[in-house]
Amino acid sequence: MALLSFERKYRVRGGTLLGGDLFDFWVGPFYVGFFGVTTAFFSVLGTALILYAASLGPTWNPWLISIAPPDLKYGLNLAPLKEGGFWQIITCCAIGAFVSWTLRQVEISRKLGMGYHVPFAYSFAVFAYISLVVIRPLLLGAWGFGFPYGIFSHLDWVSNTGYQYLHFHYNPAHMLAVSFFFTTTLALALHGALILSAVNPAKGSTVKTPEYEDGFFRDLIGYSIGTLGIHRLGLFLALNAGFWSAICIIISGPFWTRGWPEWWTWWLNLPIWS
Amino acid sequence: MKRFVHVIAAAGAALLLTGCEVGMKEWTQTGYRGAALEQITDVSSKVKQGAIPPTPYPLDASMREGERANVTYQNVQVLGDLSTEEFNHLMASMNTWIAPGDGETQGCNYCHNPENMASDEKYTKIVARKMIQMTRNINANWTSHVQQTGVTCWTCHRGNAVPVNNWSNVSNGKPGLRGNKFGQNTPDPTVGYASLPTGMFANYLQGTQNIRVASDKALASPDHVVSIKNTEQTYGLMMHLSQSLGVNCTYCHNSQSFRAWNLSRAQRNTAWYGIRMVRDANDEYIETLTNVFPANRKGPAGDPLKVNCATCHQGQAKPLGGVSMLPEHPQLRGPVGAVTAAATPPDANATTEAFNKPATMATAGPASNTAAAGDAGMKDAEK
Repeated sequence: MALLSFERKYRVRGGTLLGGDLFDFWVGPFYVGFFGVTTAFFSVLGTALILYAASLGPTWNPWLISIAPPDLKYGLNLAPLKEGGFWQIITCCAIGAFVSWTLRQVEISRKLGMGYHVPFAYSFAVFAYISLVVIRPLLLGAWGFGFPYGIFSHLDWVSNTGYQYLHFHYNPAHMLAVSFFFTTTLALALHGALILSAVNPAKGSTVKTPEYEDGFFRDLIGYSIGTLGIHRLGLFLALNAGFWSAICIIISGPFWTRGWPEWWTWWLNLPIWS
Repeated sequence: MKRFVHVIAAAGAALLLTGCEVGMKEWTQTGYRGAALEQITDVSSKVKQGAIPPTPYPLDASMREGERANVTYQNVQVLGDLSTEEFNHLMASMNTWIAPGDGETQGCNYCHNPENMASDEKYTKIVARKMIQMTRNINANWTSHVQQTGVTCWTCHRGNAVPVNNWSNVSNGKPGLRGNKFGQNTPDPTVGYASLPTGMFANYLQGTQNIRVASDKALASPDHVVSIKNTEQTYGLMMHLSQSLGVNCTYCHNSQSFRAWNLSRAQRNTAWYGIRMVRDANDEYIETLTNVFPANRKGPAGDPLKVNCATCHQGQAKPLGGVSMLPEHPQLRGPVGAVTAAATPPDANATTEAFNKPATMATAGPASNTAAAGDAGMKDAEK
């Protein structure tokens, strides 16, 4: 891959967390580092195990391949390879790869002398995954509560897990997560439309400056959060969407076992009116 | 100030947890691993198995010999085939089951005139006679649902003259748009406190209307149009089943297809018969007593209080934890005369046609008058 002219100044030595200078080099445009090596190791091993486990399964239809977690009876123990053991090792590889990638982002941030916004944001996605396959299974006491690795099968898991609580839309954390997801897409749509309008002026006129952008939203809703602020807001909305998604599944089972609509009886039973 | 903040934070966290079940959980897996087909229960909030009162005195084989009750007593219309001893034993049991205690309105006197036990002057005696017929019908003809465990008066009554869990028709609320919730959007326990419509018992726990919501096609088709409210009524009914049995949807269904019998557990078959059994109890027994019940024993719409799943189950997948009371009370097993033809079990292939044409399903059969408002929408869509 071609080396871009401005890339040279990003190639800063040091800032590594582990491995010192040993892995502090680039392959083409890619920084390696200790965590680049571990990312590659875990992702190659995990992918190979997925392919091997799939080869033992009944189908090569990519929609239907599924590597399922163990039966609940194995609790928090290791399961035989073909009865969920592959799922357990693949889960370890996935977590190893995701955490390595986060730490590689930390190293790059340190090299560039910037804040940790990127690894911080990415870690929310990793947290959501770990919630599903580690935190909730640990709290309930069996690895079998994790979701299966398959395109259709993981959707079945989502659907059945939802119906274990009769009506999942009443899960308060799910409500927050859905609201944040919708709000983050709304904010992105508003912001994207604004930027596209500003940088695509009518023929004969020039690109509009942020003063015009602020002016547009001050006219429209009386307030403009500003060029930097919209990105902070976007980060806040997106991270909350992921965070409350993780919370909504952690509380389903470990902290509530009945239908989610019934949870709201605390409100109906408030001493003010009951 | 900092300490104050800590106290507020701790109180807030504690308040958040009061809405939670933090205790031990137990779980059972009911399907293939990883498919999330499982029951998770909070041990401390599990419904306790109802106590079963001891039999007044044991009924041994010799007591089943001897003179028949309709020879000994007058006006014994239903239990005449029992021996006098058996008959008296059942009467003593019914005392503790339905109207325990002594007094002018309890024990035997709840149904009988103590001066003339054969008299039918109290409405309660007529109701009790019908209910004995109903119990024997369930035990003899609905083994598809109650198996050999069967039911007794206690299964529903639990010491109350009127079973605690019952239903009657709901009034439609205020006329007009303002303040009229159209029978939904109220956190009603019968639909698990959701906003779902609450009038589903009248549509599905009497008459012959079938649930035909799920299509067999992946995409929308003009051959299968069901209104949202109709769909939500069946959702509400299923919420009632879940709440009554203390289970979640995956106890019977795999949500990959709620419709497909081959993806469902055998429990769904039992439930299918259960719905028909409840209809039989409501249509053939309770409704026929409409003119017998006094007004204070009827619902706000003037119909008698009827049976639903919770009437027997009371939060347990098997009522009374699956303990059968029939060995000690064989009088309630039957006979009940001619055995009525059992309902045919649903068959995945045979019902495909019906699923494709829900409107014909809903209006076919003698109970077409119970068809819900949603059917109009279906017919329109078929034109």
